[in-house]
Amino acid sequence: MEDRPITDKLVTSADWEPLIVAFFCNWCTYTAADLAGVSRMGYDHNVRVIRVMCSGRVDPQFVLDAFAHGADGVLIGGCHPGDCHYVEGNYKTLRRYYLLKRVLRDLGIEEGRLRLEWIAASEGEKVAKTINEMVEQVRALGPLRLTRRFKEWDAELASIEAQARSEEVATHA
Amino acid sequence: MPDKPKVAFYWCASCGGCEESIVDLAEDILEVAQAVDIVFWPVAMDFKRKHVEAMPDGSILATMVNGSIRTSEQEEMAHLLRRKSQILIAYGSCAHTGGVPSLANQFSKEQILRTVYEEAPTVVNEQKVRPQPRHPYDGTALTLPEFRGLVRSLDQVVEVDYYLPGCPPTPKLLKQAVLTLLSGQLPPKGTVLAPDTAQCDSCPRKESKPADLKITEFKRPHWTQIDPEKCFLAQGIICMGPATRSGCEAQCIKGNMPCTGCFGPTSRVRDQGAKILSALASSVDAREPEEIEKILGGIPDPVGTFYRYSLAKSLLRAKVTR
Ligand code: SF4
Ligand code: SF4
Repeated sequence: MEDRPITDKLVTSADWEPLIVAFFCNWCTYTAADLAGVSRMGYDHNVRVIRVMCSGRVDPQFVLDAFAHGADGVLIGGCHPGDCHYVEGNYKTLRRYYLLKRVLRDLGIEEGRLRLEWIAASEGEKVAKTINEMVEQVRALGPLRLTRRFKEWDAELASIEAQARSEEVATHA
Repeated sequence: MPDKPKVAFYWCASCGGCEESIVDLAEDILEVAQAVDIVFWPVAMDFKRKHVEAMPDGSILATMVNGSIRTSEQEEMAHLLRRKSQILIAYGSCAHTGGVPSLANQFSKEQILRTVYEEAPTVVNEQKVRPQPRHPYDGTALTLPEFRGLVRSLDQVVEVDYYLPGCPPTPKLLKQAVLTLLSGQLPPKGTVLAPDTAQCDSCPRKESKPADLKITEFKRPHWTQIDPEKCFLAQGIICMGPATRSGCEAQCIKGNMPCTGCFGPTSRVRDQGAKILSALASSVDAREPEEIEKILGGIPDPVGTFYRYSLAKSLLRAKVTR
């Protein structure tokens, strides 16, 4: 996932579109997303869907990595409680979700950037509604853009490297 | 007599514990000292930066740098030592993953300076004087290093060849590392010089760790009568063992304290905090949101607990809005 090029320092809503990474369970939410597509229910195209075998497969590292690679929001879609193909997977997701939300909050990532939703295979409409809602919510929060922030943080290092290189050139001249 | 291989030790943002651990080699230090020539070790020997600058590039076989990187001076020394050394080793948690100092990445530079120089209860500073990188004094300029906006691990500043994990590394690991370097049979670049298995695998309490943990309450170690035989997690006490590399000889656990994660993650884990979060939360014995949140409420500071030694090297690196 590449951070899209930005021209000025202050990102305005005019040149920024929220990017949402969605992890959808193969057995329910992914099928529902398919259904939404086949039924031509429009939803915002700001979402990149990743199919996983179970919402329980979504390691919290995946969520952090999505943010670290430029996602402005992360959506996890799983089967309703009691309906997990692997019995317990979605309960594990739910527990991790609560703890992950606290860690994200403590590290400055707003609550609305991570969402967990139970969506059954038949609920195509719910997929469209959830995505549209989330895009609006993240739009209101504004860009997160961590790839860009990381570059800004490390700008203070670049000067040292340049200096070290020029010293090296000087001593070898 | 042929020249002995040259080694150097240096410290950056560190507590001094890593330096102690070198001294902890005790009589083994003689064996090491006989085999190598220590050319730079500010804590113990009177060589200066200018001596290092005068050495040809690559003339030091190996340099072990401990401590994380917070100031411009530490960056400069990291670059200098990188240039002068064939092998650069990040020694200890701080150089390896940011260590305890990188918990400061939860705060802005301004918050830190204000707390330290103005608001700390032991500070009297009515004029609110702050250290300045340059200060004219008596016709000359006094200078101080720049205080950077972030704490970094060594490899976030220069290329690192190997890592010795731990807070601090054990004398045994250090000795092994030195012998490996001298043998010339070098492991692949980037190797962490400790076993690549989880702490639980070599834990003396692993037999009592249930396959299916069901945590109903998180207890804090200082408020709990700890069973000295039983797995900490089975007692509801947070233990970083499942998300931490082994190799420390389970020192904390043998002292009846849970692992706090100083050896960093294994090679299969990118973010140690997220990994323990996953393991702990999955083991919570509840299905209803209120009940889940109540149990998880027993972890008052998840960032400080899960990333105690590794915030700089975590996926987010810092509080993103500081
Ligand atoms: S969780 Fe801790 S106490 Fe339990 S087996 Fe692992 S390292 Fe040992
Ligand atoms: S038990 Fe954990 S915290 Fe203690 S020394 Fe070993 S790795 Fe470090």
